[in-house]
Amino acid sequence: MNNLVTFWFILIAVLWTGFFILEGFDFGVGMLHSAVGRNDAERRAAINTIGPLWDGNEVWLIVAGAAMFAAFPGWYATMFSAFNLALVLLLAALIARGLSFEYRGKRDSPNWRRTWDVLLTASSVLAPLIIGVALGDLLAGLPINSAQNYTGSFWDLFQPYGVFTGVTLVLVCALHGATFLSLKTTGEMHQRSRHLARRIAPAATAAVIGFAIWTHVAHSDTFFLNPIELLAILAVLAAYWLVYEPRDGSAFAATTVTIASAIVAIFVGLYPNVMVSSTSAANNLTAYNTASPAYPLKIMSVVAIIFLPLVLLYQAWTYYVFRRRVSAREFEPQAPAAEPAPPGTPSAPVGETAGQER
Amino acid sequence: MNVDLARWQFAFVTINHFFFVPVTIGLAFLTALLQTAWYRTNRDEYLRLTRFFGTLLVINVAIGVVTGLVQEFQFGMDWGAYSRLVGNVFGAPLAMEGLAAFFLESTFLGLWLFGWDRLPRRVHLATIWAVSLGTVLSAAFIMAANSWMQHPVGYQMAGGKPVLNDVWALFTNPVFVWGYAKVLLASLVTGAMVMLAVSAWQLRRGQDKDKDVFLRSARLSLVALVPAILFTMLVGDELGVIEARYQPMKIAAAEAQWTTCQPCSFSLFQIGGGNNDQTPTQIIEIPHLLSLLATNTWNGKVVGMTPLQNQYSKQYGPGYYVPDVFIQYWGMRVMAYLAVVVVLIGLWGLWLIRRKTLATSRVFLLVATWAVVLPFLMNTAGWLLTESGRQPWIVQGLMLTKNGISPSLSTTWIAISLAAFVLVYAVIATIELLLMLKYSKKPLPPPRADAEADTPVPAVQY
Repeated sequence: MNNLVTFWFILIAVLWTGFFILEGFDFGVGMLHSAVGRNDAERRAAINTIGPLWDGNEVWLIVAGAAMFAAFPGWYATMFSAFNLALVLLLAALIARGLSFEYRGKRDSPNWRRTWDVLLTASSVLAPLIIGVALGDLLAGLPINSAQNYTGSFWDLFQPYGVFTGVTLVLVCALHGATFLSLKTTGEMHQRSRHLARRIAPAATAAVIGFAIWTHVAHSDTFFLNPIELLAILAVLAAYWLVYEPRDGSAFAATTVTIASAIVAIFVGLYPNVMVSSTSAANNLTAYNTASPAYPLKIMSVVAIIFLPLVLLYQAWTYYVFRRRVSAREFEPQAPAAEPAPPGTPSAPVGETAGQER
Repeated sequence: MNVDLARWQFAFVTINHFFFVPVTIGLAFLTALLQTAWYRTNRDEYLRLTRFFGTLLVINVAIGVVTGLVQEFQFGMDWGAYSRLVGNVFGAPLAMEGLAAFFLESTFLGLWLFGWDRLPRRVHLATIWAVSLGTVLSAAFIMAANSWMQHPVGYQMAGGKPVLNDVWALFTNPVFVWGYAKVLLASLVTGAMVMLAVSAWQLRRGQDKDKDVFLRSARLSLVALVPAILFTMLVGDELGVIEARYQPMKIAAAEAQWTTCQPCSFSLFQIGGGNNDQTPTQIIEIPHLLSLLATNTWNGKVVGMTPLQNQYSKQYGPGYYVPDVFIQYWGMRVMAYLAVVVVLIGLWGLWLIRRKTLATSRVFLLVATWAVVLPFLMNTAGWLLTESGRQPWIVQGLMLTKNGISPSLSTTWIAISLAAFVLVYAVIATIELLLMLKYSKKPLPPPRADAEADTPVPAVQY
């Protein structure tokens, strides 16, 4: 039974980590798409770097939530009730984001597109900020009574460590998005993405170093950082260094490790707690006092062991299918979709470009 | 007060979500059929229809996905005590839904949408079928969870909590088996009626050059619609019998039947009625019909609400165990009567196909266009009947709705979140409706040979 509970705690940490690795760059692309793209074609190109991917990435969040519901009902109930209003805001942000991808290009009006651009940028900052505050608060501690119910107000959700976690994640997502865009774009957009990554890197590095140290202090009395906290610092320093090198892949790998180790550090700091109570340590929610009984955990384990590898397999295949860089030239208006171009018109180079890249 | 507001919120977001879900399930399947027809015959018109209806599907999926997120979070946000008590049973199918269905649907939708030129034709066809499979699987898991609230099975009580002890029972629950079949069929009806309405508008008002092609989609939708609606009604009848067995109050309230009857008649209309009027004026009573609907026998007995109320008060303690009778009575009738209208429209259409005048019968085309509202009314009425009929229980016989709410919620919080959802949903529903209308009225995309050779961006992209 104890092994099962630990297994599910790890699995939920894995789901949140997977979510941030994947959706992290989606958030970053959302934040930066207007800066990387100066005109409509470039912005569309930026959005289309994650076009086929973002929806599948967001499912990681749904599954993380559902897995908490099934495996740790007490954790899910207390956390989601406590963050009720914050989650309303998060849902509004995720709705705005999802719709801006789908609907932005569906009307040919500059005002329409500018509105969605602003919504996309704002919601892409808001979403990781709120989730970051929520995850940070688990460790920072919230007022929770002995019946496992939240007793604080909306403002009690703004714990300093939680807010710092949120800000750190926003910066790391921005950096992760910039390295992703460097990997997936061409020409001027590629240069701009690299430039943005260098601009964001100092702030992100400072934040991650502060975050790693604060996380350590929040859960431990020992002097030395644990390996995962150290890894977060090393990875972000590596990313800082690599964004100046002409190696887009390595820089992206470094930001991937940064974001993954930052999330894992929170869960390592938590265990065996899942929500710290600031009212009394006796009221802490732990993996054990919130877990489902053995039988449902066993059933869920079988399902997860069958399906999670399958999901990883077909999502990896998706990334392989859409591995090529996206060029703004594919989206330029001189290639009208409705009318076939007469031979020898300017649309010819567009066809050539696409042909080469495919 | 808190419970009422939270219920309004849940009903509001759920009814809205279920406007989009059946369209997605139905249209994904029909789009997959169209693409299969293209794959096998290689005829351009099937490709053009696939891309035309695929665009509508994608617009609709987007909103289904984001409103689905709200659904997933609602249980914990507002119904914390419920989540804590039943999470180990109810949460399991939700987690399975995410792992087995949502990942499949979302990932392969991306592959389908962006994979037109990058995947071999056969593989690309497989991706739309994977999307369709994902939607169908997702409905299975969520219906298993919902059916458990209607008729809890596969658990034992341990320390005052239901604990799952037989996962298989969730999927052999008769309420699930018949309810799931009904949801799939109703989704096909919804998808087919959307396709029919769009095709009918195009035949009436669209461009002449597209008419031959839209005649094909009109025919496909009618051929799918008629058997689907007939089976929906048959399955719905069987579901009624099962619900009468496990939730007798729900069925008694649907006929406003306060006293026990045998045999029981079914009234077409009533004047008055509701929870405070036990003697409404019932108009045109059809003898034996309620006995047939509720028990599948000519002289079956239906226990009335008053004896049931007395029985439940003894069994579960003092309380009021009667659901909202007005919603039950009219929910049942709106659903059933509109279904008959849909059958008639479907048969009319089939008759016109046989006479080869479908494309020119302007009255039928006008009716078929406006009939698009019917499946949405039917779906909503059906769910009101199902969910309101379960009240006052959140899980039949196990937990009352009023005990399911999060204790930490203040009235202000729920009011703010309800207002926020109403606002956001009003905006997105308007956008969705306008975009669906706009893309339904567009001319067909050109055949592949004209466009794709020069343009690397397929029509359906961001």
